[in-house]
Amino acid sequence: MDRIFFDSTSFTRLDRRVLEAMMPYLTDRFGNPSSVFLKEGEIARSALEDARKKVADLINADPSEIIFTSCATESNNIAIKGLALSRKSRGRRILFSEIEHFSILNQADFLRSLGFEIDYVKVDRYGLVDMDDLDRKTREGAILFSLISASPEIGTIEPLREVSRLLKERDVLFFSDCVASCGRIPIDVEELGVDALSISSHPIHGPYGASCLYVKKGIEIVPLMQGGFQEMGIRPGTENVPAIVGFGEACKLAKEELEERREKLGRLGRRLWDGISSSIDHVNFTGHPEKRIPGHVSFWVEFVEGESLLIWLNLKGVASSSGSACASNIFAKDESGLKASHVLTAIGVPPDRCHGSITFMLNKDNTEEEVEYVLSVLPEIVGKLREMSPLYKKERIRGGFYGRAVQ
Amino acid sequence: MAGPYSEKVMDHFMNPRNMGEIEDADGVGEVGNPVCGDVMKLYLKIENGVIVDAKFKTFGCGAAIATSSITTELIKGKTIEEALKLTNEAVAEALGGLPPAKMHCSVLAEDALKAAIEDYKKRKEKKES
Repeated sequence: MDRIFFDSTSFTRLDRRVLEAMMPYLTDRFGNPSSVFLKEGEIARSALEDARKKVADLINADPSEIIFTSCATESNNIAIKGLALSRKSRGRRILFSEIEHFSILNQADFLRSLGFEIDYVKVDRYGLVDMDDLDRKTREGAILFSLISASPEIGTIEPLREVSRLLKERDVLFFSDCVASCGRIPIDVEELGVDALSISSHPIHGPYGASCLYVKKGIEIVPLMQGGFQEMGIRPGTENVPAIVGFGEACKLAKEELEERREKLGRLGRRLWDGISSSIDHVNFTGHPEKRIPGHVSFWVEFVEGESLLIWLNLKGVASSSGSACASNIFAKDESGLKASHVLTAIGVPPDRCHGSITFMLNKDNTEEEVEYVLSVLPEIVGKLREMSPLYKKERIRGGFYGRAVQ
Repeated sequence: MAGPYSEKVMDHFMNPRNMGEIEDADGVGEVGNPVCGDVMKLYLKIENGVIVDAKFKTFGCGAAIATSSITTELIKGKTIEEALKLTNEAVAEALGGLPPAKMHCSVLAEDALKAAIEDYKKRKEKKES
């Protein structure tokens, strides 16, 4: 059997149609868009602007509001620091949700060194932003709030519209990392009322190396790099034309096929969720049961550890991800690099319990057969690891598991 | 296809040796790691000061399972004194090395072994007194 890709926040297969669109720019059309007086430059520039239009279309933005970057981490860094610096004269306090991506959270120390203060807004047990906490913390004064549109780990879709309404009243800038939800739910910048957002190419069947930062017209942003006039000087440096062309095409396809993909992902995701909940005992789903990215299923299994699950799934041909501490940073210099997922701890999963966490994020190419296959191997893997687990037996002796199962 | 782990670690992870419990064990050691929550339980059957059988049960990552498994192999047939000389480095080495972040799993294996032998000695003292 071919490999099954259920780790689509990390990677998706490059769509053949995207590759076709890119090919001319990887071969004969190799001009630099900055060579403005040359024919080759004009061809490249027009491809770049065409891609900009396609990306803008997907999120209902104006092409002039799209800045191309190399990855979402770059977009998120330009956005947070750039927006914060532009508002420095008005205040120093920045708010992050507790479940932001590392490319947001890990900016905290650097921002503090620039004189900013960072505070964190809580989420509830589903991962939904705590509006009361946000209300309180924005009342205390803030210049910027960053809220991920949906955490790739637990899939909960955040109420961006509600948040933006509150932030407008308080004159707080609003940034949202929309990488995980893009291409899976509609994203309309007008409707959401965000000041800036990021989306990326490779989770939506585009190539690596292209991402976008949307900045609303009229919102000032201080560039972090100094260079030429590319990307309005906000992201100077020669553009990765083939990747951007591919990203544009991927956005165009995502827009055209959004309803179809949404329906399919929703259906496959529900089947996977139901199948897991009926075939494995002591499984706890994470994130909101309804307000979630279609095709996203996340859970933790008691008495087994996530890295072991992840490796066994991989051996059985299934690509997934885990928020287990053991699977966090195996290349760290020592065990201090191993930390339980901040997202799971934020939603209240006890740190000693998130070990068995697994996230499946499906994509448009997945099939019913693949879902059924995963459902056939997962209970077997869990059973094998539980048989090995000293904790499972204890629970049985205590009557916890068997007692409940018999009832 | 081993990823960050050696072939040997993957082999022991996929085909753990001596997994299970010994009903009438002479010594049992259970240790846990607060960092990652791993729990290792080691059962020993000891006759005339020699470890004649060893089994384990482990809740943990690939490295934790592999270190448990190889430890049982390394100590079977050894005297208690010989087994006590087994270091976590030797366990890791027998597995073809472990990623630095996972070295604590081998420490856990050494600790489980020491705890099991300690338990055996206590039981023996009790019996003799």
